[in-house]
Amino acid sequence: MKNKLIPYSIILIFLIIFAVFYKSLKDTNIYTPETKINNDIPIFSAEFLLSKENLTSTEIFKMDEFYLLNIWASWCAPCRDEHSILMSLSENNKLKIIGMNYKDNKKNAKSFLDELGNPYEKIIVDKNGTNSIEWGAFGVPETFLIYNSKIIKKYIGPLNQELLMEIQKTIK
Amino acid sequence: MKILKNLIIIFLLLTFNNLYANENSERNEITKNLRCLICQGQSVYDSDSDFANSMKILVDKKLDQGLSDKEIYIYFKEKYGDWILYDPGLNKNTYLLWLLPILIFVFGGAIIFKRSIFKK
Repeated sequence: MKNKLIPYSIILIFLIIFAVFYKSLKDTNIYTPETKINNDIPIFSAEFLLSKENLTSTEIFKMDEFYLLNIWASWCAPCRDEHSILMSLSENNKLKIIGMNYKDNKKNAKSFLDELGNPYEKIIVDKNGTNSIEWGAFGVPETFLIYNSKIIKKYIGPLNQELLMEIQKTIK
Repeated sequence: MKILKNLIIIFLLLTFNNLYANENSERNEITKNLRCLICQGQSVYDSDSDFANSMKILVDKKLDQGLSDKEIYIYFKEKYGDWILYDPGLNKNTYLLWLLPILIFVFGGAIIFKRSIFKK
């Protein structure tokens, strides 16, 4: 009895190890932070790219309105791809799009908007990247859907047609 | 006389060196325990990516505001989850991580104990 138990248990252990390794072979090992929904937006005061005013977060994100915060930069190629989606979203008058210009040069940012159009109502300047960390972002592009000062959706990476439909459905 | 002069220069260099190295020690201690999310496998302290550099600035800012290291860890944990910490606390997602070594230790101890009894 004891002689049989040992080879069987060895085989079983190897099978378990194989199963674990085989499963993790296909898993991605790049971690993306869990998207925490219904988090309050951070409190900050911001400078703007196109105007000289200085507003706090509560003055930008008013209650009872939908806002889309989009983190972008002129040097970021996926931002260029998603720009047409943002342009079509800006036609929707139920939604206000706020841009956050991440670690960018003012001149380049402006020529980016001149070339592709400006979907943003306001553009916050995030010169050293700390503001976007306060939002819990870790790269560009990243998009947050905000309602009543709460983050209700978070999209990591560029927006696409599918997400466009989803956003339009949510704000209806 | 020349030797004395050299000794004084070396002494001065060493003291200034010392002053400089202590400047960011608290920030360095904290950023060593934060994981960089862009270049995974490196801490924020080791990394020079855009994300890590912004994190360093933010840690400095939080220290200036008078937050303790624990409060800063909690702050980042709320934003990015447990993964950002190299030393996560005990909770329902990490209990296996914390308890497995103890379990293996107890299990191994039990086997050794049993064998030593049988030998007698």
